[in-house]
Amino acid sequence: MHPVRKQRLIIVLCVVVFSSLAVGLAVYALRGNINLFYPPAEVAAGLAPQGTPIRVGGMVVAGSVERSDDSLAVRFAVTDYQATVPVVYEGILPDLFDEGQGAVAAGVLGPDGVLIASEVLAKHDENYMPPEVADALEKAGRSPQGQLL
Amino acid sequence: MWSFFHKLGSPPWLYRIAGVLLRWLLPVSLLALGTGLIWGLLFTAPDFRQGNSYRIIYIHVPAAVVALAGYYVMALAGAVSLIWKMKVADIAMKATAPVGAALTFIALVTGSIWGKPTWGTWWVWDARITSMLILLFLYLGVIALYEAYDNKAAAGRACAVLSLVGTVNIPIIYKSVDWWYSLHQPASIKFTGESTIDPTMLYPLLLSIIAFYGVFTCALLGNMRAEILARETRTGWVRRLAGGEV
Repeated sequence: MHPVRKQRLIIVLCVVVFSSLAVGLAVYALRGNINLFYPPAEVAAGLAPQGTPIRVGGMVVAGSVERSDDSLAVRFAVTDYQATVPVVYEGILPDLFDEGQGAVAAGVLGPDGVLIASEVLAKHDENYMPPEVADALEKAGRSPQGQLL
Repeated sequence: MWSFFHKLGSPPWLYRIAGVLLRWLLPVSLLALGTGLIWGLLFTAPDFRQGNSYRIIYIHVPAAVVALAGYYVMALAGAVSLIWKMKVADIAMKATAPVGAALTFIALVTGSIWGKPTWGTWWVWDARITSMLILLFLYLGVIALYEAYDNKAAAGRACAVLSLVGTVNIPIIYKSVDWWYSLHQPASIKFTGESTIDPTMLYPLLLSIIAFYGVFTCALLGNMRAEILARETRTGWVRRLAGGEV
């Protein structure tokens, strides 16, 4: 290769490598802020701030959803199978919100460890299948994630 | 090999070859796109949890995949134009930006439309969605930067550097859902291991992705042909092509 072109190639590679390194380090330093939500284990460990708006995400504990009879108030708990955070919310839940499914609740953590949520989002997982396949899996005793029930 | 590379550097040759390529690639791509979309949107089973709203995957995922791949095309063209000072590489870089921007925009809009019924929100500042928005700004930035210079040689160099710096964003977008807690789900199509999307839903999706690659290539070639004509207006071969006096 012509020496001038070789030099330009090296410069181009340096631009890519060093800018990637710079962005990589910045992203690494900000990694805590890039996470959309705290998992319940971090909340239980006291890593989530109290009194400021945060998000907590995990699976909605099966059997934990309690709806009020005369209002839109609802209580449930989210878990990452290491710790559980109770959530209270008043409003309309997304259609895909369900027990045993992922959810992200945004709100303020009270001193009693209960998240007073102002917004609840359903988190969808990466499993896509027709209803018949899901039924067949259930009959075979497996969850859509392929785990044994 | 080298003679091909040298021919590739010749605008009249590329103009002609791109025209020949477009003549068969465009109908094939459009046919694949039509088949993939009709198959996916009308003839697949609904999802067991999302019902019919999941069908936007047949537009959202192909647009996002090709928007990411297109960025590498743009950055690679930029690198070639920096190193070898190839006019055609500069043209390719400039021609990719608007196509990539359009695909990124489609991915963001369809994702937003899907997000409302699924997640319960149009927009959330999670890692995947934010890095995808940065990709849109990178594409728009290249377009704007190119137009900001009067000296087009300097514009090409500046855009090439910007697109090379921006390549760091592509692996970030791709891995964002694995590296951080995000609302966006991880990939369903897996290169290693079994995909978590049912095969009956996967095949039209793969066809649609291939079709989007084809349409992207056609748009790129069409853009390049237009740009070649615009830059070579004063040359003999363009005047002959237009039927004018040489």
